[in-house]
Amino acid sequence: MNFATLASQLFIGLSRGMIFFIVSAGLTLIFGVLRITNFAHGSLYMLGAFIAYSISTFLGQGPNGFWLALLIAPLAVMLISLVIERGLLRFIYNQDHLMQMLLTYSLVLIVGDLVKIVWGTEFKSMNVPTILRGSFNLWGASLPLYNAFLLIVGPVVALGLWFFLSKTRLGKICRATATDREMVDILGIDSTQVFALVFAMGGWLAGLGGALIAPTTTISIGMDANILIYAFLIVVIGGLGNVWGTLISSIIMGVGEAFGILFIPGVAIIIPYIIAGVLLIIKPSGLLKSAW
Amino acid sequence: MSTNSSSSLILQEKFRTYLGLGMAVAGILILLAIPSLISPYYVYLLATIFTTALLATSLNLVLGYGGLLHLHHAVFYGIGAYTVAIIMTKTSWPFAIAVVLGPLVAALIALVIGWFCVRLRGLYFGMLTLALGQLVWAIVYRWNALTNGDNGIHSIPVPEFLTSVNSVYYTTLLVLIVSLVILYLIIKSPFGLTLIATRDNPMRSESLGINVKRHRLTAFVIAGFFAGVAGVLFILVERSVAPSLLFWNKSAEILIMCLMGGLTVFMGPTLGAAILVVLSMIVGLYTEYWLLVLGLLLLILVLFLPQGILGYLLKSRNNKKPSMRGEN
Repeated sequence: MNFATLASQLFIGLSRGMIFFIVSAGLTLIFGVLRITNFAHGSLYMLGAFIAYSISTFLGQGPNGFWLALLIAPLAVMLISLVIERGLLRFIYNQDHLMQMLLTYSLVLIVGDLVKIVWGTEFKSMNVPTILRGSFNLWGASLPLYNAFLLIVGPVVALGLWFFLSKTRLGKICRATATDREMVDILGIDSTQVFALVFAMGGWLAGLGGALIAPTTTISIGMDANILIYAFLIVVIGGLGNVWGTLISSIIMGVGEAFGILFIPGVAIIIPYIIAGVLLIIKPSGLLKSAW
Repeated sequence: MSTNSSSSLILQEKFRTYLGLGMAVAGILILLAIPSLISPYYVYLLATIFTTALLATSLNLVLGYGGLLHLHHAVFYGIGAYTVAIIMTKTSWPFAIAVVLGPLVAALIALVIGWFCVRLRGLYFGMLTLALGQLVWAIVYRWNALTNGDNGIHSIPVPEFLTSVNSVYYTTLLVLIVSLVILYLIIKSPFGLTLIATRDNPMRSESLGINVKRHRLTAFVIAGFFAGVAGVLFILVERSVAPSLLFWNKSAEILIMCLMGGLTVFMGPTLGAAILVVLSMIVGLYTEYWLLVLGLLLLILVLFLPQGILGYLLKSRNNKKPSMRGEN
């Protein structure tokens, strides 16, 4: 074990944390504003990956395919989210947590089988564009270029979210809705439209996460369930509805998982659950203040 | 129902009790006679229903009566099953010990998990059950030496008298009835009524001097114990076990059963379990997309019948909804 191994593992963990962040940020936004636990978030992420795959395959797996997929897949998922919100979710905003959860869970089951019907059960893979292929050297460690790309995209998304939420009028309305929905209604703003906007944005983020992960992994059914549990834990650890808490806990999860694989490869699978369990026990309300 | 004639009200209440009792006795008699009338496959299916019904009812003690968002109940089911499987395949201990230890180990794990969870409220409670439950799943999935990992444990030996389909049927039926009676008595006991009070108004319960956390923990452990009993029954029915038994989507399935039957009605989860098991069999005959059908069913249920089937039928009697909005 030398410095280079540690550094490269830290690097891998950080870039994985960025994917976690992009997906979980959408989930935490939806929770903060709509107060809904969105089980379907993992399904949206999976849809993002599959749609990106289809676009890239349609364009012959070339370099343009990747960039176009990265642009279009999240938008397509956003559109699907909008349909889900307007068509289903808006009818259950006044129901219990349990009912809302089960409604979004029904979407998990439906989307899972629909993906199976549309794309089949065999594993799929997508090419990394030429410009992001290969690796570079940093302090003697050889690091994949694509992960460096993720490390740039993650902070860009975080900055974009920060700008949107604290600098734009729409973002401020979103935050106001999270804090006091009735007050927003009284001020003459239709809060259900804010709900639709936030859910669509959450869907866009999930789709972006799926499109970003697509070239680095085998795209398959079941990737929804895996990311969903991680995203849930990350969101809760970070403090429900708090985007910055989500950023911190995503990095903790990503790096923790990467070092787990390095030090105890056999049982690395249990690391995220242990991290989540310990953090929830010592700080039950999350690392940062919940719901803004 | 007129309010001024209390004697007729009592009479009605009595009549209803006797009617319910009579229906239960008739139902049990039919269930006792049934194995000689139908083919072994359906007897096996009924045994599966009994096992699942016990599992769902045990969850409802926490979910419906305790008002807690328990999102990972399948863990205790799996632990009960795995305890029996491991004792029967790795040790030379007698079957009786395995059967006793199954639910006890499940209750013990429930005590540990519950001890941490009851300190949290609402959604956070649910998320911690999910995290700790998945931790248990990951351990079972990875501990190859003990649990055989991903492959699971198969052809688990059971005593001679429990090998025929009919004896499994009668055993699961007997255990189900005894367990349901015990659970019913628990819910009607002072403890159960206090538990319902902590669900409906935790703050007022607390200020009345009720130890809310302890009541919730006790309910959690009892539910874990009976899930463990269901796990033992699962071994009798299937004679094999795999880690998927305690993956989180199994827990979601149990939640759907409770919801389908009705959270506020004692027999609701049993009805839900029966419907779901039978449906999955029937749908499985025609298509591989059972989950799609289940998803659509759940969607309809949540949108149009949130109080469940039994809950809807008994609406006039039970117009109280459990409060699970997260502020408890």
